[in-house]
Amino acid sequence: MSAEAVPARDATASGEARAIIEVRGLEVGFEGRVGVLAGLLGRRGARARAVDGVDLDLYEGEVLALAGESGCGKTTTARAIMGLLRPQAGEIRFEGRPLGRRLRAYRREVQMVFQDPTGSLNPRKTIYEIVAEGLRIHRISQGPNGETEEELVARALSRAGLRPPERFYLLYPHELSGGQRQRVVIAGALVLDPRVIVADEPVSNLDASVRGEILALLMKLREELRISILVVTHDLGLAWTVADRVAVMYLGRIVEIGPAEEVLQRPRHPYTRALLDVVPEAGGIDRPILSGEPPDPTRVPNGCRFHPRCPAVASGRAARLGIEERCRTVPLAPLPAAQDHLVACYLAELGERP
Amino acid sequence: MTILTTRGLRVTYRTSGGDVPAVRGVDLTIGKGEVLGLAGESGCGKSTIAGAILRLLPASTKIEGQILLDGEDVLAMRPSRLRAVRWTGASIIFQGALHGLNPVQRVGDQIAEAITVHRQASEREAAVRVGELLEQVGLPSRRIADYPHELSGGQRQRVMIAMALACNPSLVIADEPTTALDVMVQAQVLRLLKGLQRELGLAMLFITHDLSVLVEVSDRLAIMYAGRIVEEGPAEGVFHDPRHPYTRALAAAFPEIGDERFRRRPSGLGGDPPDPQALPAGCTFHPRCPDAFDECRRVDPTLYPAGEGRRAACLLVQPTPAGAERAGDGQP
Repeated sequence: MSAEAVPARDATASGEARAIIEVRGLEVGFEGRVGVLAGLLGRRGARARAVDGVDLDLYEGEVLALAGESGCGKTTTARAIMGLLRPQAGEIRFEGRPLGRRLRAYRREVQMVFQDPTGSLNPRKTIYEIVAEGLRIHRISQGPNGETEEELVARALSRAGLRPPERFYLLYPHELSGGQRQRVVIAGALVLDPRVIVADEPVSNLDASVRGEILALLMKLREELRISILVVTHDLGLAWTVADRVAVMYLGRIVEIGPAEEVLQRPRHPYTRALLDVVPEAGGIDRPILSGEPPDPTRVPNGCRFHPRCPAVASGRAARLGIEERCRTVPLAPLPAAQDHLVACYLAELGERP
Repeated sequence: MTILTTRGLRVTYRTSGGDVPAVRGVDLTIGKGEVLGLAGESGCGKSTIAGAILRLLPASTKIEGQILLDGEDVLAMRPSRLRAVRWTGASIIFQGALHGLNPVQRVGDQIAEAITVHRQASEREAAVRVGELLEQVGLPSRRIADYPHELSGGQRQRVMIAMALACNPSLVIADEPTTALDVMVQAQVLRLLKGLQRELGLAMLFITHDLSVLVEVSDRLAIMYAGRIVEEGPAEGVFHDPRHPYTRALAAAFPEIGDERFRRRPSGLGGDPPDPQALPAGCTFHPRCPDAFDECRRVDPTLYPAGEGRRAACLLVQPTPAGAERAGDGQP
C-alpha cells in the first residue's frame, strides 16, 4: 500500500505551540428564509445563529479537525476564517494581528480546498492555467527568489504529487483521475505558498480507495512545509487518521476540544459520545442512538443547547446528580481557546463521564 | 432457503461507443434472513447487478447467465410476470430519496399506489396497510398527507423503506440507502433497516462503497472490482482481515477509532478503477496493486479458497506451493 508513514508528532504536546490563527467571540448569523409574499410584505424569517460564540486557535504546523453534524456551524466557521463571510461579532487574528485591511494578503496565506474537485475546476482550462490562476489573481509574476511563473506552477504540482509536472501542464481536468483532480486543487492552493490550508470535507467526494493518498498528502505538507491545516469533517474516523486536535461543534458552539486521542477515545461530552457511537463498525448496530433530526439553528434551546437530546437528561441521570435544572435553564459559557482538553457540560463539571 | 442466486451473471451495456462490459461473471447467493453486503467503488458494477435483478436496465442491455429469485428465472419472465415480481418478489431502496418519490403526490398516496397496483387490494385495505407501514418505519401518521419536500431527508428515506416493504417482498435491495444522509440520521436509518430485516426475516442485498456501514449490517461481504467479485466471506473476517489487496485498501479508508495502525497514517491507492472497455491484461487490479508481481500481468485470477467460507481472486492466496512461495516475494 502506498502508505506514507508520517511520524507521530504532536504540535500541542510540546507546550510551546504558537497560534497562527486566533478566533475570538465569533458570531455569524443568516436571515431565515421566508415565502415570496411574506418577503414582499417586509417580513423576515427567524434569524439563524449559525456560529454563536466560537473561540478557537489554530497552532502552527498542526492538523485541527472541526467536526459535527450538518448545521452545527463547522463550515460557516471555516468560511468566516477564510474571510468569505462577514461575522456579526468577534475577531479573527492572523499572526497576532486582526484581519481588517490585510484581507488581500491574508487570502494568499490562507488557502481553501473544497470537497468537490470536479466542481471546483474549470473544465475548459488546462491544468497549468488552473494552477497559475491564483498567481494571476494576486498579480504575482515571480516568486520571492525570482522564480518564474512556470517554476512556481511546476513546484506546486510536484509538491502536490503530480510528477513530472510538465506532463500535466496541457491536460484538462477530465483527463485526470478523481485523486489527481483533488491534487490539482491542492496544487492551486500551494502555488501561493500558504501558511494555512482550510480543507472542507477534502475527501468525501472521492472514491474510498483514493481517499487515503489525499490525506497522506495533507499530512506530508504539514510535515515538510509546516503548513497548518484545519479540516472540516463529519467523519470522526478521518479525524483519527489525520488530526492532532479535534473540536466538536453543536448548534454554533464548540462543545468539546482537545488532543485527538483524548476527545476520540475518552470523550467527556455526551454529544461527542453520541457521535462516536454512530461511527459505523462491526457490532455497532445495536448501540444506542440519539433520536430526532439535526438541530435547528433558528431555534436555540435554553440552558445547555444539547439538553433536549441529551441522554443524561432523558435518563434522569442529570436529575439524580442534581444538575437537571441547570442543564435546562442556565446557559453555558463558550469554551475559551486553549491547548487543554475542554468540555462545555454540567455533567463533565462534576467529573462524570457521559 | 435460498432467495436469490445469480450464476455467471454478465451485463453488457450497448452504447454508441461500443459494448461496455459492466458485470463480468458474478455468482451470488442470498438466503432467507440473510444480508449480503456488496461493496466497491463507482463504476465497479455493483448497482448494475441491482438493476439486472429487477430488470430495470435499458432494453438494449445484454444480460447473460442466470438470476433466480425464489427459484424463478428473472431473465425468462414475461413482462406481466416481471411487473408482478417487482415490489412483491423483490423491491429496491435507492439513494437520494428525493428522486425516488413523486414530488407532486402525497407520500401516503404513493405508498398506497404501490399496494393497489401490485395486489388486488381495495383502497380501504391499502389505507390500513399504509398506516401500519408508517408506524413500522417510525413516521408519525400525520405525515401521511405531506408532500416529499415537506419531509426531511431521513423521513423521505423512511417513506422509501415503507414503499419497499409495502408488498411483503422476499428480497430487498438497498442501493446506497444512507449515502446522502447526515451522520446521525444515517445511523437512525441503518438501525431501522436492520431492525426490520431481522423482524421480518428479509433477505437483503445491501450495496454501498462504505465498508464500515456494510460490516455493521451484513452477514457476508462481497467486494467488487471491475465487474467481478474479488473477495467474499463472513463480514467481520473480510473487513478485519482482508485477503485481497483491494479490500485492504478499501478497509483502510474506514478505520476504526482507536486502531493504532491508522493513527496519523492514512493510506490509499493511486489511480482510478480501470475503464471497462480497456481492461488491463492479467489481474485487472495489478496496475494499482501494491503487491503485484510479474505473473499478475499475465494471469487473470479466479476466486480461490481463502480460509473458512472465504474466497479471494488474488494470486497471492492461490493455494499452490508455487503461490505460497510467491506470496513471500510479493510482499513489498
